[in-house]
This record gives sequence, C-alpha cells and structure tokens, in this order.
Amino acid sequence: MTTEKERAIMQTEFQKRMDEDELMNCMRCGFCLPTCPTYIESGFQESHSPRGRIALMKAVVDGLIDPDEDVERSLNMCLGCRACEPVCPSGVRYGHLLEEARDIIQQNKKHSFPVRVVRKLVFDELFPYPKRMRIATALLGVYQRSGLRSFARRTGLLKVLPSSLRDMEKILPDVPALKEMKERPRHLASEGAPKRRVAFFSGCLMDTMFMPTNDATMRLLQLAGCEVIIPESQTCCGALHGHGGEKQKAKELAKQNIQAFEQLDVDYVVTNAGGCGAFLTEYDHLLKDEAEWSERAKTFVAKIKDISEVLVELDFHKKGLKVKPQVVTYQDSCHLRNVMKTSASPRKLLRSIQGVEFREMKDADRCCGSAGIYNIVEPEMSMQILDYKMEMAKQTKASTIVTANPGCLLQMKLGIERAGLSNRVRAVHIVDFLLEAVERAQEAEHEEHVRKTS
Amino acid sequence: MPSIKYENLRRERVRTLISNDVKQRFIRIVGAENYDDSQAGRLVYSYDATPQFQSLPDAVIAPRNTQEVSEIVKICNEHRIPIVPRGSGTNLCAGTCPVEGGIVLVFKHMNKILEIDEENLTVTVQPGVITLDLIKAVEAKGLFYPPDPSSMKISTIGGNINENSGGLRGLKYGVTRDYVLALEVVLPNGEIIRTGGKLAKDVAGYDLTRLFVGSEGTLGVITEATLKLIPMPETKKTMLALYQDLEAAARSVSKIIANKIIPATLEFLDQPTLEVVEAYAQIGLPTDVKAVLLIEQDGPHEIVERDIKKMAEICKKEQAVSVQLARSEEEAEALRTARRTALSALARLKPTTILEDATVPRSEIAKMVKAINEIAEKYNVKICTFGHAGDGNLHPTCPTDARDRDEMERVEKAFAEIFAKAIELGGTITGEHGVGAMKAPYLEWKLGEAGIAAMKAIKQALDPNNIMNPGKVFAKSTRKRVVVTR
Repeated sequence: MTTEKERAIMQTEFQKRMDEDELMNCMRCGFCLPTCPTYIESGFQESHSPRGRIALMKAVVDGLIDPDEDVERSLNMCLGCRACEPVCPSGVRYGHLLEEARDIIQQNKKHSFPVRVVRKLVFDELFPYPKRMRIATALLGVYQRSGLRSFARRTGLLKVLPSSLRDMEKILPDVPALKEMKERPRHLASEGAPKRRVAFFSGCLMDTMFMPTNDATMRLLQLAGCEVIIPESQTCCGALHGHGGEKQKAKELAKQNIQAFEQLDVDYVVTNAGGCGAFLTEYDHLLKDEAEWSERAKTFVAKIKDISEVLVELDFHKKGLKVKPQVVTYQDSCHLRNVMKTSASPRKLLRSIQGVEFREMKDADRCCGSAGIYNIVEPEMSMQILDYKMEMAKQTKASTIVTANPGCLLQMKLGIERAGLSNRVRAVHIVDFLLEAVERAQEAEHEEHVRKTS
Repeated sequence: MPSIKYENLRRERVRTLISNDVKQRFIRIVGAENYDDSQAGRLVYSYDATPQFQSLPDAVIAPRNTQEVSEIVKICNEHRIPIVPRGSGTNLCAGTCPVEGGIVLVFKHMNKILEIDEENLTVTVQPGVITLDLIKAVEAKGLFYPPDPSSMKISTIGGNINENSGGLRGLKYGVTRDYVLALEVVLPNGEIIRTGGKLAKDVAGYDLTRLFVGSEGTLGVITEATLKLIPMPETKKTMLALYQDLEAAARSVSKIIANKIIPATLEFLDQPTLEVVEAYAQIGLPTDVKAVLLIEQDGPHEIVERDIKKMAEICKKEQAVSVQLARSEEEAEALRTARRTALSALARLKPTTILEDATVPRSEIAKMVKAINEIAEKYNVKICTFGHAGDGNLHPTCPTDARDRDEMERVEKAFAEIFAKAIELGGTITGEHGVGAMKAPYLEWKLGEAGIAAMKAIKQALDPNNIMNPGKVFAKSTRKRVVVTR
C-alpha cells in the first residue's frame, strides 16, 4: 500500500522526470495492442496494454489521477518485452517511459520489510559483485551435488516454496564448482589468422550459472577468427536494476562497465544474452544527463554486438556445421529482437546447419513470459503466457528449442517440464547448439579421414 | 478543433451518474469482475485514437451475452445513464470518447466467430471479433471479406459496423455497409431486435440494417452481425506509379476511372507522406518524387494483366516518371502495409496529428488536392495528403503541436476551409471516419437544417432519453460556415 503522502511525492516526481514529448508522441492509434502479450492474455484489457499504460503515466503527469495501486499494478504487469516499440509508427520509446515510471514508484514507496531486505540483497549486495555471484552459485552447486537436493526433493521439503519457485528449482542447470568459476580466461588468441579483435561481455549470471555457455561463446569467437579479451573489471550490466526501479545503481554499474571496456581498442564488445546486450546498447540513454559520461557511453554503445551477428559477419554459417537430424525452432529473445534488432542472424545460423530442419513457430517473436524476474513476481500471468508459447512450440514438432538469452532458456525448460515434454524436447542456448554442431562436423570429418586412410 | 474536454476529467468531480444501488444491479448482471469503476480502469477508456478528446466514463462494463446487454441498457434507460459501445478504440472522430460520462461497454467476452456458412457465403460474428481475425478465418476457406480499414489488425467488427469503416479496397468492393446482411441489436429501451437475414433480396419494411450501420452507437447496441462474403479473387497485381507533379497524379486517377477500369486499390501519397512512411517502413519507397499512386488489380489472371498494362500506359501518358510492378507478393504486401501506416508515421513529425477525411467525387480529385495545398499555404500550416484517391476519399493530415495555441487555431481554420471546399465540389466532410464528437459542429454544412432535423427525428424516435452515445453526430451548436471565395 502506498500512503497519500507517498503518492503526492510520486506525482511531483512524475511531473519532474517523465519525458513529456515522449508521452505526447503516443497518438493512441493502438498499433501496439495486437503485439502486447499482457493485453492479449488479460482478455484485451486496455490497462494492460502499452497505449493504456502510457495514458496512465500521462494522466499522472497531468494530475488527472493519483499514482495509486491500480496504476502500479498496470505497470508491474508489463513484461517490458518492448514488442510494442518496433510496431509503433510514431516511434515512442515505451521502454524508457516504463523504466522511468517504475523507478519513480519504487524509489518513493515504502516496501514491506521482507521485500526491502530481498531487494537490497539482490540489487545492492549480490549482482554487482562477481565474487559474491560466484559464491552464491557455488552454494547452489553444493546443494545440487551434496545430496541435499535429492533429499529435499524426496522428502517434499520443497513444498514450503511457492509453486513458481519450486518449478524454478527443478530447471536450474547443474552449476560449476567455485574453483572453475574463479579461473576464468582473460585473453584468448584466435584460431588461425585474427580477423577481428573483440572484447567479451561475460555478464554475472552467464559467467557463473551458465559458465559452459560462456565458454562455448568464447570458443566460437576463436573459431570464427577473433582474438578475445575478457576484462576482469567488468560487472553486471545493470538490466535487472534498470527494469526493477533501481536506476541509480544501474548507472553506477554502467560507468564501471564503460571504464572496463573503453581502453581496449576492440572492434566489438560481444554479448551472448539478449537481455544484457540490449541494456548495454542503451547506456547512452541511461547516462544522457551526465555530461562526463554521455559521449563515452555513445562510443561504448556503438561497439555492442550480439554473438550471432558477429558470427554471420565472419561467415560462420558457411563452415559446414552438422548435427544429428532434428527439427529445430527458435524463440526470440525479446530484447535481442526488439532493442538490438537481431532476429535474422540466429535463424540464418540455425538454417545453415546440416541436419537441422528449421521450423518457425507461430508468434516466435512474442515474449515467453520470463522477462527478468517477472516469472517469479508475476507467476500467474507468466505461466499463462508460457503455456501459450509451449502450445505453439508443440505445433512445430521441434525436438530442440533454441533461445539466445539465459532467462528465456530457463523459461523454455520450465515450459517443457510443465507440458510434460522433457523426454522428447530440449531447450538450448544458440551458442551451445552451434558448438555442438562444430564438434559434430569435426567428428564426421575425422571419421571420414579414418575411413579414407584405413 | 476543440481543446481537450476536461470537465469530465477533473479529480474533484464527485458527482457520479451511477448510484451505489445501480452499481450493485450492474454487478448482479455481469459479475464484479466485469464491472470496473476504478480510477485507472476508467482512465484507460477515456480516449480513442482521436487527438484532443478525453473524458472519463463512470464505469466500464464487459457484458458476456446479448441478454446481459439488454438488462444493462434497461437500467441505463431508467436512470438516464449514457452508454458508449466501444471496440478497440481506433476510431478517428472521437466516436467512442465518453464525452458525457456514463458507461463504456466493452466486448472482450463477445468475440466469437459463430458460423461461416459456405452455402450462403456468409459469416456470423459477435461484435468483439478483430477484423483481421475474421478476414483470415474466411480466407482459410477460400472466401473474401473485402473491407480493410488501416486499423484492421486492431479494430473490431462491431466498431467497423458502427463507423461504417472503409479501407483500401473500397473503390472496387465498397465499404462495411455493403457487406452487412443482418444484425442483432439491443434498442435503447432494452428490446432485442433482428434485422435482415442471410438474404440477397429482402424488402420487408424499412432497411433497418443500413440504418444501424454507421450510426456510431447512437441508436442501439449491435450484439451480432451476419456479413456477406464473396469468392477470393484468383490473382492480384500491385504497382507503383511515380510523379513529379501532384496534379498529374490526381489526373491519372480520374483518367483510369474514365477508361472504365475499376482497380481494387488506387491510393495516393504525396511527398511529405512518402518521406515519413519510408523513414518508418524502410522498404525503398521513392522520396525524391512529388507523389506516388499505389495501384492494385485483382481477379482472373487475363483481366488483371490487361488492366494493369492499360493503367500503366495511362499513368505514363499522364507524365508518370516511372511505373514499377511489385515483383513478389512480399513486396506488394510491404507496399500495402507501408500505406496503412501512413497516418501513424506522420505522427513522427510532430506531437499532435490532426487527420481529416474530406471526400469528393473522384472526378474532382485534382481540384481538391490543389485546393488543399493552397489552403495550407494560406494559413501557413503543413498539410500532408494521402488517401484513397480512387474513391475520392483523401486524408489531408496536419502534424502540429496541441501546446501551440496560435498554430492550432490556424489549423482549425484551414480544415474548416477544406471541409467547405469539399462540399462545394459536391463532396462531404467525412468519407469514412465518421462524425462523432469531432465533426458534429460541421455536419449541418453537409446536410442543411432540414437534413439534421430528419436525422434527429430518427434518433428521438428510437432513443427518446438520449442515452446512446450522447454528444455524437449532433452538435450543440453548428460551426459558423466558412465562405470559400476562389
């Protein structure tokens, strides 16, 4: 609950901070409505559409309504998938409006004690510190390997968790040990003559919980002819903070990352997580009001590129990749598609693999409901969206669902569990799948060589 | 252009039209989950796609069936509570803006395609069906529902019927009106009537079906409709003709028609429109020409070939600098999509976008285009023009800024003069957007006093308490007539 006083402060903040031109730019044509997952899943409720949310923000700015619980509810219900942006003919940058509004509400409302503790822990004490991320992940590893997990599952101990978290527990990948996470490479030479010099943005979750995927990414870059630099002083991209109403913290992280990369003299800063990549590409917006940083942010932003774009640029799709025959479909990462505008390259890479029968699923560009921590805080809507997604995936009869972002990957795994398909269908990050294809092609070549020489 | 109607928006407005007792009665009908009178819930139904209009309803109700609609209407009639039926809120005449408060009826539950009758070539739908979903459903059976308003991905059939929506295919195939065969309507007294039928011929009494089509929700609530379908045309071809002279393009339109060819689409875009559409769609539209015509023909292969060839010749003869044929269906679809986004893309230029749809007999297109440019110059405002040139329905559009009072005044004067000019050329103030609250002050210019009186008599007879979408079509006062001296 927000008090009247809190609302009054929020209202003033809305008037001070919301971009009036951007709000005015929405002409309410409604072109965004059919692309909005929450509008569709809520049964066409205008308050859960981008147009409705912009109208609410504007009404708060205009002093027509209070920023009450219903307004907050409408903004919380938004996935932040930004599918409304590419279709907006007026070019309204909805994501920026949403971030600002959420920040105002979060910063000016008094959370309940447990929520405050969790927010503080997650946003301030965990994600910004790679070391702590490693320890937290290592603890998860201890849980997974020590027999505690099987004990917890066997005894039904997990039932104390809300069902959304219980489901999450099931699909978390088996994480690496602390020692492995500590000894990360800092520089890798290219395989063959270097064609590009790139830096790799390793991320926080990606470099711990999804470490093998990061390893695969770096390996692919090497194979494609990239010299790879992985600066140690980089940190979490700040996307979770930015989307969760902790803009100040996001700015601090952004500055640390810019500093970590700007001296490196590289062609690109490569990412392998759509969510992180998209946030990095908007550092210039995040820091637009800070004179010392805005230009530096622009230079940094210009170098951000998703791994699949780099690979296509370096003709990786012509490398004769190979997998066992299988039907494959691809679930877009919303931020990779809608913000980084990368949607063709992953598909091009997948189609190039011998053995892949690529089948586009209906509404592949619609959010899967993962959306950062949305699936934990809004489980009901998230699961409704996910169940639709799995229905579409099922129709393709794909045995492999490829994604390009860790959140989407976990959500797909969850969806496969929920749909009872775990014996037939797998979800995999695109780089892991590509590495699999490289290795399979090498094996085949080797077999061929043995056959010829014997 | 009236400034935003704020009287229904002020927070201190305590008077509500709905007493607690009435509210409970509504809730008993539709259930608490389908009745919303929260501040935020009302705010998001206070507008449609029309700039400058916003007004809060007292509640938003989502009925689940015709019977519930009827019961709601009875209560509203008893208590004189305004009712605004609303589809997806994409109309451009403030037709669904609840200017006098009351309840907004939404049809999210009544959104089923009830039947596709392949023997009678009809489709029966509830009002909340999205237009494009309907089109796709019938196309899957090889049938064709031609009306295609630019908002068809979003708009509902109920909204289309109430507004008598047109679209790109209007020239050859007509508009929504031409496809409505039968309606189920809840009258303002709560009675449920059925008009028409799955009939090609039916002269039993007044044609109430046609009366309700385009009535903008002022005569009753449409709860079901049976629509006419036709067989899918076998083939379709799309081409683009480019001009360095605006009037040459307009002349080509008249010449094509005069040569007894009725193309499926004949759209006009001027240079400022082309530039913004291309900036948005990036499909390689030419931006270095003064105007283009987007032309399509569909039907049997030989006829399409013959017509396209002949139209290309006519365009060239009328000084088209180039005529290009779309090489694939994807390319053609990209062109059509780009055209459909013209209005919204124009919104990129300035914060406020005022769009009109003055319409003239197609023989007068060249004169109208010329007049629009002269009027824009006279009042020193920017007007971009695009539209369905083939049926004389133009969309002069003005990118402006509502905060600039001085410019807004000039914009208003310019459009008043455009309306007057259209009427002078034998045209109308609105071809397909409707009158709503936006053009009500100008309606008398078109109809005359006696015409207005006749329409009012119909309204009075069916809705004596004026509960159905009040404040629309009929204005409290008529705008002073602009005299065009040219």
